[in-house]
Amino acid sequence: MTTPTKPKLKTSAMIASFAEPGQKTASAPFGEALARLADTDQRVVGLSADLAKYTDMHVFRDAHPERFFQMGMAEQLLFGAAAGMAEVGLIPFASTYSVFASRRAYDFIALDIAEPNLNVNVVGGLPGLTTGYGPSHQATEDIAIFRGMPNLTIVDPCDSVDIAQAVPQLAASAGPTYLRLLRGKVPTILDEYDYSFELGKAKVVRPGNDVVFVSSGLMTMRALQAAERLAAHRIDVAVVHTPTIKPFDEETVLRELDTPRLALTLENHTVVGGCSRRSPPPWCVAEPPAASCPSRCPTASSTREPCRRCTSAMASRPM
Amino acid sequence: MTTATASDRARRIRDSAHRIRLNALHMGEVQGQGYVGQALGAADVLAAVYLDQLRHRADDPHWDDRDRFLLSTGHYAIALYAALAEAGVIPQEELDTYGSDDSRLPMSGMASYTPGMEISGGSLGHGLTVAVGMALGLRHQGSDARVFTFLSDGELNEGSTWESAMGAASHRLGNLTALVDMNALQADGPTADVLSLEPAEDKWASFGWRTQRVDGNDPEAILAAFDAIDDRDPVGAPQVILFDVKVGKGVPLLEDREKNHFMRIDEHEWAISREQLIAGYEGANR
Repeated sequence: MTTPTKPKLKTSAMIASFAEPGQKTASAPFGEALARLADTDQRVVGLSADLAKYTDMHVFRDAHPERFFQMGMAEQLLFGAAAGMAEVGLIPFASTYSVFASRRAYDFIALDIAEPNLNVNVVGGLPGLTTGYGPSHQATEDIAIFRGMPNLTIVDPCDSVDIAQAVPQLAASAGPTYLRLLRGKVPTILDEYDYSFELGKAKVVRPGNDVVFVSSGLMTMRALQAAERLAAHRIDVAVVHTPTIKPFDEETVLRELDTPRLALTLENHTVVGGCSRRSPPPWCVAEPPAASCPSRCPTASSTREPCRRCTSAMASRPM
Repeated sequence: MTTATASDRARRIRDSAHRIRLNALHMGEVQGQGYVGQALGAADVLAAVYLDQLRHRADDPHWDDRDRFLLSTGHYAIALYAALAEAGVIPQEELDTYGSDDSRLPMSGMASYTPGMEISGGSLGHGLTVAVGMALGLRHQGSDARVFTFLSDGELNEGSTWESAMGAASHRLGNLTALVDMNALQADGPTADVLSLEPAEDKWASFGWRTQRVDGNDPEAILAAFDAIDDRDPVGAPQVILFDVKVGKGVPLLEDREKNHFMRIDEHEWAISREQLIAGYEGANR
């Protein structure tokens, strides 16, 4: 008699990449882009708080060891020191996890970097729900925390294309920035669309007549996947990608919302203080008032239940 | 500096510190308030920094090769403004505007307002973190500029100070010197009661810093401590000087009163304070 084999348990706690099997990816696009940028700009330096290896900063470190500065597990020092380096004319990229940047070091980013409007680029790994490590590591409210910070530009890239194109633009922009980092093997999506990253701009990645998704970060990838599935059901979905969260490209987004299409927001973040709460005021003046459904499922997959409000809203509207 | 005798140097610091104290009292009186007690305590160290130590250009405060002086304790700005006037960075008469609306001299030091102010301190525990980055950056760029940070004993409560202390030692920032104003007083009372700090020098030493502890109201001792700084080795250990100072120094009325972080001075006491300060100074010079 043989013991029945136990079913293999699934673990999401240590995932290194949220790419799906077979999906096209690029390895460490942030580290590669930063190392390339540093080849031509001597002012670029990298710092990390004992997380170089886990924020793809190790690629920069290995390419430019004399310009990498290890600050240890000390986030207040990390960002204060980055400010000091910017004060003497360098262009620092300082990486840690988003939770630590936003929760542990807020005062240092606010007063030493943002208030004097220094060109320090804060790089935060594991934004939103991109780790199964639990609330200690999941930055589900980092955008809400950082949105009130003066001068700070916030970028939530979708994929490796976004990241590679964003890095030089972040360095070129004079003030401070916060990049929600996707690390490791990062999906490559947007190369299949007529798209380029422009700091401060939202882009209509995919046109559509029935529904408009407004999304940022990896949720744009989900939005594009959902749009393709819905196309099979003859629902024509537009996807508006808003990689720059602050300053928000209201002009483009408002133009896309000011139509009779059903509008949905998708973001890898709590709805409190996120983009879905950015959008409603304009919606209130839009004619007719569009139904809205903030999505809370950044890793939404076929295993998840559909959102009731969403499906009911869609069912009630003529397509 | 090189031709002056030791006593000439000290005399110059003593005279400058006296003017800083007079100006601090003046600014406090105009405003009716201010961190006068701290300013009186720190005047000698600041005079030595600006008249004897810092390599700077009064007419070009952002000259690239300048030594940096970071005021981490933003509320000591009243003393720093007086020192900047001593250094010729801001005009003497501008001190009258201290703390008033539209002044370049706000109550808490802010870099964007004041020429010669490197950082906006005030949220305590920031100065040393920024100083570590400046020292690293300057060394990386091949600059021999030195970085000084002025912090207070109360500020040593902040964990970020010790993150920076570790970082500076780990990176062997020989171009960085921390100046700690040990006035033994913070907002809620004596430092010893609020959060026990001593032995402070041992703490810095254990973090890998070269340490000195001197009387911060004695110009000869202050200069000797600065002279003992050895920053010719850019990858040497960072250095700290702990300056024991007396809150209200030079004004017996204020030295003796029950110590308060934000010292209340009644209207009629400003004139008495000034008279006492001048009498003490002239007495010492007699």
